[in-house]
Amino acid sequence: MTAYILRRLLATIPVMVVVALFVFLLLHLTPGDPAAIIAGDDASPAEIEGIRRKLGLDRSIGEQFAIYVWNLLHGDLGTSIFSNLPVMTLVRQRLEPSIVLAIATLVVAVAFAIPMGVIAAWKAHSGIDRVVMGFSVLGFAVPVFLIGYLLIYVFAIQLRWLPVQGYRPLAQGLDGTLRSIALPAFALGMAYMALIARITRASMLEVLSEDYIRTARAKGVATQWVLLRHALKNAAVPIVTVIGIGFALLISGVVITETVFNIPGLGRLTVDAILKRDYPIIQGLIILFAGAKVLVNLAVDISYTFFDPRIRQ
Amino acid sequence: MTTTTIGLPPATTRTSPNRALVWAWRNKTIVAGTLILLTLLGVAILAPWLAGDPLQFEPINRLKRPSEEFWFGTDQFGRDVYSRVIYGTRISLIVGFSVAVLATAIGLVLGVVCGYYRAVDAIVMRVMDGMMAIPAILLAIALITLMKASLLIVIAAISIPEIPRVVRLVRSVVLSVRARPYIEAAIASGTRNVRIMVRHILPNTVAPLIVQATYVCASAILTEAGLSFLGAGTPPEIPSWGNVISLGRTFFQIAPWIIFFPGVLLAITVLAINLVGDGLRDTLDPRIARRM
Repeated sequence: MTAYILRRLLATIPVMVVVALFVFLLLHLTPGDPAAIIAGDDASPAEIEGIRRKLGLDRSIGEQFAIYVWNLLHGDLGTSIFSNLPVMTLVRQRLEPSIVLAIATLVVAVAFAIPMGVIAAWKAHSGIDRVVMGFSVLGFAVPVFLIGYLLIYVFAIQLRWLPVQGYRPLAQGLDGTLRSIALPAFALGMAYMALIARITRASMLEVLSEDYIRTARAKGVATQWVLLRHALKNAAVPIVTVIGIGFALLISGVVITETVFNIPGLGRLTVDAILKRDYPIIQGLIILFAGAKVLVNLAVDISYTFFDPRIRQ
Repeated sequence: MTTTTIGLPPATTRTSPNRALVWAWRNKTIVAGTLILLTLLGVAILAPWLAGDPLQFEPINRLKRPSEEFWFGTDQFGRDVYSRVIYGTRISLIVGFSVAVLATAIGLVLGVVCGYYRAVDAIVMRVMDGMMAIPAILLAIALITLMKASLLIVIAAISIPEIPRVVRLVRSVVLSVRARPYIEAAIASGTRNVRIMVRHILPNTVAPLIVQATYVCASAILTEAGLSFLGAGTPPEIPSWGNVISLGRTFFQIAPWIIFFPGVLLAITVLAINLVGDGLRDTLDPRIARRM
């Protein structure tokens, strides 16, 4: 068990090294002088020179990469060109809304999708099944911003149940936070829900045709107990995998959702960085998001051992 | 898997109207998706005849509701949203198609080489693992911020993050095919590597690749719209759906139609492509179909 976790943990190192190398080389392999690109079109030669020195672009490539990795290992994601603040500081200021949004979306998506998938598989080829499958096809096609604006239009502008946009920090009370995060979480969660529901249904269908399910039913185990204890647990590995894969979807979606709902999180930080062409911020965010994704994958790998003890060996 | 069946049904080769109809009924999703896509293609090609000038602005007609004159209303510069959306079809289809072709082609070459040469495999797959860890939209944003915005750069930036999944898919097919006796026989009889790859391995990747390409296409269209929406995509002077939606953001509360119409078209397009993809997957590879 420990060996398995350790092996998984070690496997994340090369991935992160490649990510760092990739992000680093991106700046250097782009045609043109990186300092001039970052400085923008109307920068004076002196400004370009300033940026070159600030980013250490006057050193050799190998040296630059070594410094870059050394800094990363010390939690230094670089310095914003525009505000001159460390990227880590900017990230810390914007972290809370994004994490709350991500967790809320995960909870909403899983809470709706798994029952949907289980019921669809149980009542396969029925009306309910068709509705769930229809939803899972549709949820995948409708872009986050369309769902977002539709939700705002219906629930905030027409019905006035929830705030239109913005974010209330946790420090001002959980109630306000939940109200401000409800619509974004549903908007972002739609595609995720569709994905999980589809896999849950497929995985459950496969398990439900197994002999031990028939045995359980034959000996008179209650239906809901068969579905949850016997079927869902055995169908869990693909479902958990997809929840992990879907997390990547979520990260990309966070950026767009935060823009739709005017949430001052990491997504807004990204958009501001695009407008100001503040490359170090984008670079830092890529490392951060990639790291988050690698950790989620690790958690997924470890969770397999709970659902399927055979993997432990 | 020894013979390549590109799932085109016998009905289309042996033309008999009845069998064609039976096939169409069995593959409703492919037919429906294809019809929608052909309509969109027609709209894109005929845009100059279907719509007025998407760039012309008349400040008197700012933020007009949808009406007889302006079917989809007007934006804050008094531009006709209908014309802009019609022209936007072109951008979305161009981006979707180009990215699908580009990402599949590069992924195919890398995947075959990886599946065939173990040494290359070790290196390339590590790079792919790293690339897959980076969220696609952020990778595209990074590329676009570093270069001057143009449609070509957008296409390239969206293609790159799509490559790893194609490589993985092709590689897995190649690895499973490589272990088959007829490849061994080909090697034993002295066939050159390149010939084995092209003649014996490549055809096996066609079916799963076509399916994958449809998904890449759909995801590329969504990503382009997302990037444009964030202001990191197609240059703002080009009327793409994402750009129209992006401009509509500020006036959403008083003029929701600016976002609504391009958004719905975007959803219909992606839905149509996914329908074709799902349908193809079910006919081409029943094994995957059961798993999904």
